[in-house]
Amino acid sequence: MSQTAQSVREDGVIASVSGPVVVARDLDARMNDVVYVGDEGLMGEVIEIEGDTTTIQVYEETSGIAPGEPVENTGEPLSVDLGPGLLDTIYDGVQRPLDVLEDKMGSPYLDRGVDAPGIELDTEWEFEPTVEEGDEVGRGDEVGIVEETVTIDHKVMVPPDALDEGETAEIVSVESGSFTVEETVAELDNGVEIQMRQEWPVREARPTVEKKTPRTPLVSGQRILDGLFPIAKGGTAAIPGPFGSGKTVTQHQLAKYADADIIIYVGCGERGNEMTEVIDDFPELEDPSTGNPLMARTSLIANTSNMPVAARESCVYTGITIAEFYRDMGYDVALMADSTSRWAEAMREISSRLEEMPGEEGYPAYLAARLSQFYERAGYFENVNGTEGSVSAIGAVSPPGGDFSEPVTQNTLRIVKTFWALDADLAERRHFPSINWNESYSLYKDQLDPWFESEVSDDWAEKRQWAVDILDEEAELQEIVQLVGKDALPEDQQLTLEVARYLREAYLQQNAFHPVDTYCPPEKTYLMLTTIETFHDEAFDALEAGVPIEEIVDTDSAPQINRIGVQEDYVEYVDELKSEITEELRSLY
Amino acid sequence: MKEYQTITEISGPLVFAEVDEAIGYDEIVEIETAQGETLRGQVLESSDGVVAIQVFEGTSGIDQHASVRFLGETMKMPVTEDLLGRVLDGSGRPIDGGPDIVPEERQDIVGAAINPYSREYPEEFIETGVSAIDGMNTLVRGQKLPIFSSSGQPHSELAMQIARQASVPEEEDGEGEGSEFAVIFGAMGITAEEANEFMEDFERTGALERSVVFMNLADDPAVERTVTPRMVLTTAEYLAFEKDYHVLVILTDMTNYCEALREIGAAREEVPGRRGYPGYMYTDLAQLYERAGRIQGREGSVTQIPILTMPGDDDTHPIPDLTGYITEGQIYVDPDLNSQGLQPPVNVLPSLSRLMDDGIGEGLTREDHADVSDQMYAAYAEGEDLRDLVNIVGREALSERDNKYLDFADRFEAEFIDQGFETNRALEETLDIGWELLSMLPKEELNRVDEEFIETYYHEDASDADNTEAEATAD
Repeated sequence: MSQTAQSVREDGVIASVSGPVVVARDLDARMNDVVYVGDEGLMGEVIEIEGDTTTIQVYEETSGIAPGEPVENTGEPLSVDLGPGLLDTIYDGVQRPLDVLEDKMGSPYLDRGVDAPGIELDTEWEFEPTVEEGDEVGRGDEVGIVEETVTIDHKVMVPPDALDEGETAEIVSVESGSFTVEETVAELDNGVEIQMRQEWPVREARPTVEKKTPRTPLVSGQRILDGLFPIAKGGTAAIPGPFGSGKTVTQHQLAKYADADIIIYVGCGERGNEMTEVIDDFPELEDPSTGNPLMARTSLIANTSNMPVAARESCVYTGITIAEFYRDMGYDVALMADSTSRWAEAMREISSRLEEMPGEEGYPAYLAARLSQFYERAGYFENVNGTEGSVSAIGAVSPPGGDFSEPVTQNTLRIVKTFWALDADLAERRHFPSINWNESYSLYKDQLDPWFESEVSDDWAEKRQWAVDILDEEAELQEIVQLVGKDALPEDQQLTLEVARYLREAYLQQNAFHPVDTYCPPEKTYLMLTTIETFHDEAFDALEAGVPIEEIVDTDSAPQINRIGVQEDYVEYVDELKSEITEELRSLY
Repeated sequence: MKEYQTITEISGPLVFAEVDEAIGYDEIVEIETAQGETLRGQVLESSDGVVAIQVFEGTSGIDQHASVRFLGETMKMPVTEDLLGRVLDGSGRPIDGGPDIVPEERQDIVGAAINPYSREYPEEFIETGVSAIDGMNTLVRGQKLPIFSSSGQPHSELAMQIARQASVPEEEDGEGEGSEFAVIFGAMGITAEEANEFMEDFERTGALERSVVFMNLADDPAVERTVTPRMVLTTAEYLAFEKDYHVLVILTDMTNYCEALREIGAAREEVPGRRGYPGYMYTDLAQLYERAGRIQGREGSVTQIPILTMPGDDDTHPIPDLTGYITEGQIYVDPDLNSQGLQPPVNVLPSLSRLMDDGIGEGLTREDHADVSDQMYAAYAEGEDLRDLVNIVGREALSERDNKYLDFADRFEAEFIDQGFETNRALEETLDIGWELLSMLPKEELNRVDEEFIETYYHEDASDADNTEAEATAD
């Protein structure tokens, strides 16, 4: 959280306290101003003004806070600190670094009234200018580079609000050397001093020139996602599913293996142990594209379910603002929000304490608007400094009872273009990732096919369609099987079921906990599919030649398809397997 | 301390009083009735001049002349190691006739959230001696794993079995000398009979001396139920993180707790969420469940097994639903399996332990653990599916492969799950039974097990039984 705004305006006093909602009297404030509440100085935000009473949502526990205590206004909206030091850090919902809080509080519990700057103010960074004195710069333009982590060069930019659109200014001084984030590294002729640290209000999108159609996939290394339901860099996706269906594992897999430059992971109202797992795992895991530790490209925002509910409402905004900042540097950023339902519930809780008229299922009437505002901040953009960058937003949804007709899922589906439906039945039979292939969809498929066709294989789209057709046919056949049993089907249909079984077990399932299978490059995804197709073609040839179905199903080579996933040298393995399958099946007739 | 005789409204569990000083939110209140009875309550809403108080013991006997005292502090739990072996009421007062409790500390019952950065990831296995849990849904230290049950099911027996048998395999390095096991039992609105069963079992097995029991019975005030689990967890945190105990917390029945929340919500005329439960129930439950865990640099751990009875055996009801989203898995007690006489009647298919993957395997349990459990899940699920089909077409219409799966499902229930409430099975034994069952299936079907483990553990003779028979007849 931003710390500079200490210019206190008129003070007020607390009139009433009810959970996270505090009403103050005589406070001179604007909407969304950050205020400090009570003798302990708890952070809060103005959410309603009516006459001389101001309603505040407080980001910390309010036990023991009494009417009559003072309320101080900072006069500034809720903002985040932006600058080097954001990566490899874990924050709470209002951008307080959790490791600093632990130090300051001297306790493993989160105490109240302790504040900390979002980025370390004392650290010195090696600043390398990329402009010279006399150069003209516009808003958002890069003036220099700082090596933030081994993976990421942090670009120091002219703050977008320092100049007007189209306005330029001349650099009058710029220096290389070690600086803290608050020291001036460059000066413009209109008097603007540029520091590495910027502030930006979280509820406001950072400016861009235009939103473009995304045409590059965010490759995730997950077969069912890359192969059947791809998301674009700059795309939006929702992962709804009942509890235990694997939302969090899917989100973690994306955070680990997606080929974005920067990952922002927002743990919104979820389990503490899950966040701890991320904190433990990520520094040790390798980024598959650079080989550096994963944390070097990651910023975590953890507001677990037992942390104050108002901070849960803000954590999603904190995350997307940080994401936009890196997008402005020209990076591809992927933001995972787990879970947006908890965020919606936080809105509901605050709304009901305000006694607002509830909409559907008690959610506030502005739920849909808030959700779409959030997802619209994702996209593939031309930035104000001329670079191109993207923010992909992937939101988990936790529908009550796994019922997708509830308001959060429905309102999300109206906005996002990729839908990965998690299925409790699949999870129950340990089919992971338990993404239902009949219900899920991706509207990016067509615009991403050219990329896959040029990077992987020119029949990528064709092969995908083949797999989808088989799976569709299986779904229909299964209905009959439910009634009469598999053996009552004609032999060719039984064989289709067998092929579909390989698709399900080898291709659609992927073991996130296996060191090799956990990440599957698109080439391997493709080769696996072609192996299954080889089996399909050869098996049908054999069937036509009069080989009984039992013999075809009973071959030794075909079950090896299930082991492709765990092979490191898959190219060789697949080659051999394909010829084995061909040979064995042809030997039957 | 100022006394007020300014009660303006009494409604359900709530009392409204006028005050002329600042009263803190959540502060503790004492109300003395005309009969001289002292009732305790808590400030729910505090505004200029008026406070809303929820009274734990219920509001009967309070009139407008009752006097109200504000104690100037939030609710505290007196904690000490001497609590072990004691039986307390739902508000933490001894009811076992023993001596008064001399607290070492008084801790705020609304525990602060553990900083996720300070947590230690739970990955040490707790052996419960129950195959359905150890083998298929392993519990680890610091986990919260609820039992989803319904009325009339033997969830209490299962909980007792776990409390009795749970043990933590000692660390080999010999450092962990002081980590003892303790059970804290929090009863919310259970019947006196159920309570007696628990107490008898505690006394019979001598478990009481390493336990603390909090009893809020069905006829105790409902509002008190909202503080009982907080008392329990405050005690648990103290024993775990300051006295190095491995604490197992059993909370029963969370459904009664949620009913109490709803009652208070209704009395306050709040906008209700789903099925009348308050919109903040997720946050409220999370504040309880998230108090399980481990902390870096502290020896002990808090592991929670909350029990809840699902109204109508429906897991989409808000109580199990919200619980499932917070806890790290769930164990289902299944009425069908119960009526078949399985003990414990755990249905492993919908059950899940999210922390299992990190708590098992080489060096933790056994190298083949994950593969065996995966394969058994898949095989049992397939057998279950086939049972539906058998009902329609009969067993003869199914292939030999299908029949093997059906047999597998039957034997899995009879031999693996149905172990009895008194049997304590070591993990080795659980896994060995698992291999015995898996060996009914042909090797090629074991596609989730590493080939190496098949080599080591697969019982060749078991699966070849029919084959050899077949061969023999062929000869």
